[in-house]
Amino acid sequence: MKRRDFIRKTAGATIASTTALVFGNLNILFALPQSGPENGPFDMVAIMNGEPDVMFDMAIESLGGMEAFVKEGQTVVVKPNIGWDVIPERAANTNPQLVKRIIEHCYNAGASEVYVFDNTCDEWANCYKNSAIEPIAKEAGAKVVPGNLEKYYRPVEIPDGVTLKSAKVHELILDSDVFINVPVLKDHMATDLTIAMKNLMGVIWDRRWWHKNNLHQCIADFTTYCKPDLNVIDAYRVMMENGPRGVSEKDVVTFKTQIISSDIVAADAAAAKVFGTDPEDITYITQAAGMGVGTYQLDTLNINRIKL
Amino acid sequence: MVFKWLKKIRVFISLAFFLAISYLSIDYASTFSSSLTNSILYFQFLPSWIKFMNLMSFMATGYLVVLILTLLFGRVYCSFLCPLGTLQDLFHFISNRSGKRKSRKFSGPNNWVRYLFLTAPILLFVAGNILLLNLLDPYSNFSRILSNLVRPLYYGINNVVVDILEKWDIYAIKPVELKSVSLYAIGYSVFMLGLVAWMAFQRGRLFCNTVCPAGTFLGIISRLSLFRIRLDESLCNSCGICGNSCKSDCIDTLTKKVDFSRCVGCLNCLYVCPEGGVKFGLTQYKASPAPAKPEFNHQRRHFLKYSAFIPAVIAFLSKRSYSEGLNNGKIPVEKEYPVTPPGSVSIRHFINNCTACHLCVSACPTRVLQPAFLQYGLAGILQPTMDYNISFCNFECTVCSEICPTGAIKPIDLTVKKVTQLGIAKFIKENCVVYIDETDCGACSEHCPTKAVVMVYYKDKITIPEVTEEICIGCGACEYACPTDPKSIYVDGNIFHKQAEKPTEKSIGDTIQPADDFPF
Repeated sequence: MKRRDFIRKTAGATIASTTALVFGNLNILFALPQSGPENGPFDMVAIMNGEPDVMFDMAIESLGGMEAFVKEGQTVVVKPNIGWDVIPERAANTNPQLVKRIIEHCYNAGASEVYVFDNTCDEWANCYKNSAIEPIAKEAGAKVVPGNLEKYYRPVEIPDGVTLKSAKVHELILDSDVFINVPVLKDHMATDLTIAMKNLMGVIWDRRWWHKNNLHQCIADFTTYCKPDLNVIDAYRVMMENGPRGVSEKDVVTFKTQIISSDIVAADAAAAKVFGTDPEDITYITQAAGMGVGTYQLDTLNINRIKL
Repeated sequence: MVFKWLKKIRVFISLAFFLAISYLSIDYASTFSSSLTNSILYFQFLPSWIKFMNLMSFMATGYLVVLILTLLFGRVYCSFLCPLGTLQDLFHFISNRSGKRKSRKFSGPNNWVRYLFLTAPILLFVAGNILLLNLLDPYSNFSRILSNLVRPLYYGINNVVVDILEKWDIYAIKPVELKSVSLYAIGYSVFMLGLVAWMAFQRGRLFCNTVCPAGTFLGIISRLSLFRIRLDESLCNSCGICGNSCKSDCIDTLTKKVDFSRCVGCLNCLYVCPEGGVKFGLTQYKASPAPAKPEFNHQRRHFLKYSAFIPAVIAFLSKRSYSEGLNNGKIPVEKEYPVTPPGSVSIRHFINNCTACHLCVSACPTRVLQPAFLQYGLAGILQPTMDYNISFCNFECTVCSEICPTGAIKPIDLTVKKVTQLGIAKFIKENCVVYIDETDCGACSEHCPTKAVVMVYYKDKITIPEVTEEICIGCGACEYACPTDPKSIYVDGNIFHKQAEKPTEKSIGDTIQPADDFPF
């Protein structure tokens, strides 16, 4: 437990100091109209022009801190996109700095354990390593768990699903107290974009069945069952073309943006707009909204917009 | 006593190679660097020879060293370096310890058997068919036994440990998947292990002096060896102790002669002689035996008689060369040609040089390399092929080319590999989800590392795959990911690997600038 305490304390100290740095030196928060928890509660935070970890510090602060989502002693599963065996600069996987800071916040809020996994597309051990997520998550004290074997997956019923009536879901999703979904915003050849809803394809076992049986509907159906407590969308580096794997770093544009919401549909809608796509053009977003999972009418939400 | 030490050194060296090669053959995590792997396998005679013919590189000169060692000291390769030889010694050791072994004495050579098992594979190999060499080569057999029989056990134990640790919430060890087993490879490995074990239990190194072509070949070379085992006729009293210690049954204590062509250089006989009558020294040519000659001639006649079958065997096997196993059938996913790994140059190069040791099968991180059955035809049975039903070739990986002991898979730079076209993706629209159900899928395009498979407008909001063959490298990601049965997209192998064009890279950042405000 000593190591974890150490990590918790150092994480806390870093978070406190960076926040102080931003508050103290830039005084930016006070300059913005909707910048503190006093204008909340917010349905969503959108933040831009910062480093991934700094943006997350401020965004989660305005949602009441990680304590609002993680209670003392709870177990947390953080699910980034680690789908591809490529380096972070290719932006095919979630930004490792962001993953690290989320883990630190979780421990700081009193989490008893934080787990990280993905059911990858490329060979999993190389994805974990070369995405830089495994080493950095371990550094932050999280347990990095495989998602490549069927034994980790348990069947569940999806009563509200139209096409998808059941799925095999990773045990960590089923057993952890808190689920934080950390997708990366990317172009996607088959589903236009892959963001938070599509990222959930990494917590289930048989993706091929989804592909074979109306992919958009399956993605929407699964969100009626699986609702992350928090969706943190990494749009720091954004793959604009050749997604979801990408061909080179030339596919990537640096947006330095982050979107955080508990409403997975709203989060996807906002990210789609950042990308330059109308959320109404993305079938699974409208389908999920139609099933009452969330809303893509962003003007009905109380959004905290922070520009650094 | 110095000879006792010599034996201990032999045991130490042979066990070191045995254990290192054993671990290499089952390792899934690339524990050893590829240069260390190559060093460990440097001396393996047949692979080294084939590799030298392929690459002419310094790292493939191990066979030359073995030849020189043999010219100096006889077949020390068989007792110091060959892992299958050490395996036989272990069986022999167990047989000794169990007390069931009968006392051994000299027995004559099985000349026609051993020369048939030497010439037939060589003639076939020269005729362009490596099958018999594959089936007989000691290193390849050993590696195959480990890869096909021990590796599944190793994975199983690994995963049991993983399960136990995970109960304690410890994820330090990674689970590992076999993904597929080849019954033919397992069957042949069981047969070979059984044969080797049975022969070793009964007659020590009988396998090395009948079946093993490397042993017989080095036996011929050892007829010229400078230093040899011999019995000092003045000291030897024909007590038979040395003959009893000989694993090759090649010491005739009655005539006080040693058949050095069958001596595997284990050095056991040297220290057992109470009279010190077993000598290891410079050859005394005048003592070389004339009496064996008539018998040998007789054997030779036998051998010539049987060797008449060799052309028939060649004809039989060549007729079923790899092109035979292919057809232009109507079944959509009937591949015309199998896919060979990157670095293997062409199907012909690969199947002519691969001894099917399955080292690459064990080392491949995605398990896409699997022993073939008849994809290459009968001659290529057990040689690995890219099985895209099991997995696909990792874009960032060249492990198989780095460790291949024969150069069947030549070393290839990662940058070259990324534009080496092993085959070409073929799309079968009639099988595709998009065509049949008119729903989005895109699994193939999603996995494609070069975007040779892209989704293009089909109707309404739906897109359908399209293949740009020029930039396809045939890695099989599309075929693996395709959810339909039969597959809607598959890779047909290239007879000769080609250079694919580089995917066009246009800098998207030049056209798209991030907005300076939120669009909502």
